[in-house]
Order: sequence, then structure tokens, then C-alpha cells
Amino acid sequence: MKSYFEPLTGRYLHLNLLGKPHRLYVEEAGQGIPLLCLHTAGADTRQYRALLNDREILKEFRVIAFDLPWHGKSSPPAGWQHTDYRLSSKDYLSIIMDVADALELDRPVAMGCSIGGRIALHLALEYPERFRAIIGLESGAHVDAYYDTTWLHRPDVHGGEVCAGIVSGLIAPSSPEAERWETLWHYMQGGPGIFKGDLFFYMQDGDIRARVAKIDTQRCPLYLLTGEYDYSCTPEDTLDLVQRIKGAEATIMKGLGHFPMSEDPQKFLSYLRPVLERVRASGAARQIPK
Amino acid sequence: MERLAELVNADDRLVWKGRFIDTSFLLEIGETAYLIKVAEGRIASVRRGPFVMPSWDFALRASRETWERFWLPLPPPGWHDLFALVKRRALTIEGDLHPFMANLLYFKEVMASLRPRETN
Repeated sequence: MKSYFEPLTGRYLHLNLLGKPHRLYVEEAGQGIPLLCLHTAGADTRQYRALLNDREILKEFRVIAFDLPWHGKSSPPAGWQHTDYRLSSKDYLSIIMDVADALELDRPVAMGCSIGGRIALHLALEYPERFRAIIGLESGAHVDAYYDTTWLHRPDVHGGEVCAGIVSGLIAPSSPEAERWETLWHYMQGGPGIFKGDLFFYMQDGDIRARVAKIDTQRCPLYLLTGEYDYSCTPEDTLDLVQRIKGAEATIMKGLGHFPMSEDPQKFLSYLRPVLERVRASGAARQIPK
Repeated sequence: MERLAELVNADDRLVWKGRFIDTSFLLEIGETAYLIKVAEGRIASVRRGPFVMPSWDFALRASRETWERFWLPLPPPGWHDLFALVKRRALTIEGDLHPFMANLLYFKEVMASLRPRETN
């Protein structure tokens, strides 16, 4: 094959997060409406590799993805060896808003998957004016722990292999082999206890059931896309959000699971394109003088 | 179930994945129980119950209907993975789960090996 570079750029951003200096890995490509992408628990920005390479979308959108601290190529803060990693709603929100500020994003679209799809609901509730739209992938208000997460972090079980084993079934059976195993590789590379620490947010602290009905889609439109094979955040969980949030819109994606952008990128983009087109069109409509 | 040993043992990569496993586990398909012995990643034996005093490290128990759905060539959502079955309370996994969890991808693949292969 002919060698080539992808159109995206990866850089390290230095900023304070949660009161400590951090070195954060950020990828971006394209120009136009900022689209801030949030990866799943225990993974990293590589999940958005297809979106960051889609020439059509990059004409209209500046796609940005960053690795959460402790994930991917973002380092944990100095002194990490003395702490247990555990993601709280408060910290997760604070990290996202601080990164958006540091990048000087003007009312970006936020799109997150799984834990990112959950925090997207928190963003819609807490900061509707700061985002022009929110896209929740595999979004649900809460997930009860359905397995014992202590298996994810103990020295007599290989962390990477058990994390991949836990999530392997969340990928739809029909997703292509290469993309399936790329997605699992990301899980195999997570640091010790990081997936488990993210699940503290997903299965405990991030529960937004009691407040989700207060999301005002007039102030910030909310689009939800969920794969039919996702048994973690199920289509029923997402459809329940539509029942409870006035104006929220959901599409159940056929033949996709919990990692749509990574497990079968082209199928996912066929569902995402119409949503992005609506975001783009509504922004354009706003700019037309009356 | 008769073909389990043949299917697993013919898959060199799967046997390699399980190279550190020496365990016996109980598989219940409704009323029917099987005792499956794994030695260095190979299925050493599959015995059909009933048993008088079976010894095993862990057990997988689900109804016949559950396993039939799980083993469809393209299983429906929620019936396509062991943990999907656990979440919907259709499968219980109990006992000493260490060999199972430490080799989760292996055991998922062993159980899925009974699924007819799709021919594209």
C-alpha cells in the first residue's frame, strides 16, 4: 500500500485540572463547528479515529477528542501512585468544561459515548448555554452494577484481558472483525484500575434519574443514538430518556453495539451524518437575519 | 455439546489462549448437566449427568431456551453474550470464578464455539 498521513493532529495540552497540573493528549481535525468527542470508560480517543478522518464531516466540523487524565496518552497527575483512581460526576464535568475553556471552544457540540453519553446528559442539564447541541451515544440515566467490578483490578487477573473480556459482548455480532479487535485492543491497553474507576461514575455516582426530566432541549437540543446490541445501556434505557426529556430525540442503530464509532465506524457515520446536518442547519438558520 | 471438544481442540489459537487453564466446570442446559474438564486449554472430557458427587470450580446455569437463543447463528440482542445473559438474569455463574474471569475471553469463545459459523 501507499503510505500516507491522516488529516488529524495530536498534541499535548498543559493545563490545571482538579487543582493539579496535567499533560493531556488532544487530537483534532477539520474546521467549522467545534465537535468535542468523549470516549468510553477505560478507553481513549482512538475510538473516534474514523470521525477524525471523515473528509465530508471535516469540511463543516472541527472534530476534537481528548484522552481523559489516566487514559490513552494523557498522564495521571504527579503523585498518582498514592491514590485510587475514581471518576466522580463533579470531577468529570469540571475536566470537560476546563478543557473546552482551554481550547477556547465557542459553543461546541458535545458528543460522548457510554460514560461520555451519561456525562452528556449532565452537560445538557448543567451547562445548556455552553453547547449548541448535545449528542449522547449509548446514553442512559443509570446502569445498575450487573457484575462484580473487583475482578477488573486485582493482581492475579490480567487487567487488560479481563477488561476486554467484559466488554467484548457489547460489540454487535455483525461488526467487522478488524474494528472489533481494534476496539478491544484499546481496552487491553488501559491502565490498572482505570476502567473500574470510570465505572464508579457509570454505575454509582453518575446516576441522573432523579434530575433527567429537568433537561431543557429548547436551550440545548439533545440527540440520542444507541446500538441495538448494547446490553449495558440498552435501547430501552435510551427510549426511557425520550419519555422523560421533552424534545429529546432518539434513534436505535441497527447492527451496532456499545462502541458504535469504533466497532463499525461506517455504519455509525450513516446514523451520525443526519444528526450533524441538523446541527449545522439549525446553526445556519440562526444566522439568517430576520 | 458432543462436538465441543472437537471444535475447541481443533482451534489452535483458542487452545493457546487457554494454555494455563486446568479446571472443571459444570454447564447446565435446563435439566441436563455436563461436567467439562479443561486441561492446558484443551477440552479433556465432556461428561453428561446426572452426577452423584460432581466436583467443579464454577458452574454456568441457564434454561435450554436461553442456550438455544445464545447458540443461534445470529443471536438476537441481549442473548448474544454470556454477560448479556447474566445482566438479564437468564444465566447464573457461580463458584470459584477465578479461572473463569482470568480467562474470560477464552471461556466466552468456548461457549460461542457451539454457534453455527456464518458463511459469508
